[in-house]
Amino acid sequence: MKISVNEQLQDVTPTSTVGAVRDRVKPDADVLIVNGFPTEPDQLLTEGDQLVLIRRGEVPSAEELDALLTARHTPGVHARVKQATIGIAGVGGLGSAVAIALARTGVGSLIIADFDLVEPSNLNRQQYFLDQLGLPKVYALRDTLARINPHVHVAACHLRLTPGNITEIFGAVDVLVEAFDRADQKAMLVETFTVRFPDKPLVAGSGMAGFGPANSVQTRRSFGNLYLCGDGTTAAAPGVGLMAPRVGVAAHHQANAVLRLLLGEDPV
Amino acid sequence: MTEGNNNMQLTINGKPTETTAGSTIQNLLDQLRLDCRQVVVERNRDIVPRQRFGEEVLADGDTLEIVHFVGGG
Repeated sequence: MKISVNEQLQDVTPTSTVGAVRDRVKPDADVLIVNGFPTEPDQLLTEGDQLVLIRRGEVPSAEELDALLTARHTPGVHARVKQATIGIAGVGGLGSAVAIALARTGVGSLIIADFDLVEPSNLNRQQYFLDQLGLPKVYALRDTLARINPHVHVAACHLRLTPGNITEIFGAVDVLVEAFDRADQKAMLVETFTVRFPDKPLVAGSGMAGFGPANSVQTRRSFGNLYLCGDGTTAAAPGVGLMAPRVGVAAHHQANAVLRLLLGEDPV
Repeated sequence: MTEGNNNMQLTINGKPTETTAGSTIQNLLDQLRLDCRQVVVERNRDIVPRQRFGEEVLADGDTLEIVHFVGGG
């Protein structure tokens, strides 16, 4: 009969136990999960079961993670995502969440750039931890991404992006994500990048402060290859702060737009 | 430009808009009350660098896309 072992189909004899398959496939596994529930070695397996064998504390190899993502996302999707290079300009509330979503998706290379340090006020929405306070955000985020998938290549640039360095740092990307906080910086980046690389897609964020309806956050196409995620109008202001839910909605609009672009789909 | 009329027609973000003949991009942004530092302007499919906003004179029939960013991220 056929069962799935760590997301790969395997032929086993009909009366196999979990322990017998473990001994053959991964003898050092100490956590045994069948169809989502922890189990014991003497449990009998049935056709179509999903068996997961884990050794606690062991990091899967690059090949094993690749196989997992291929099984999850289908081979065609994984192959395209894996060869992509995505730039993220600014790793605050938007950029840190976009980076994590793309690393989990299996994007092969990320170029992240920001001059900022992790501050306590960031923790209400940005993907950092108390033990990372004071660290440059790009290095803290690189560490977090390595815990999610150590085989994603991350180039961390701890610097201020300017019209003078943006085209050099992001020249090799397939898609650039604008994830700055300040409106004038957003405009500067979009102008600089689209003038130099008019054919490369750019996914920007504008309007995600407060706790207005999540459904007012949208992905729109602007001119050329520029896509805008947000409600377009709600600026961060006193009384209208940036909060994890809505910033997260906008960030994941951006991440999904990137994924759709990589797969040849229209993000809108 | 219509004769005897001191205005010209533009299309901004898909909508017909009238402005004074001879206006620069900066004049137009002032008219629309948009901060020139927070916008990206595409004129007839070309991005206009912001240092040229004050000198680039618009022409009747121009098509503009103006992206106005708001803060937060």
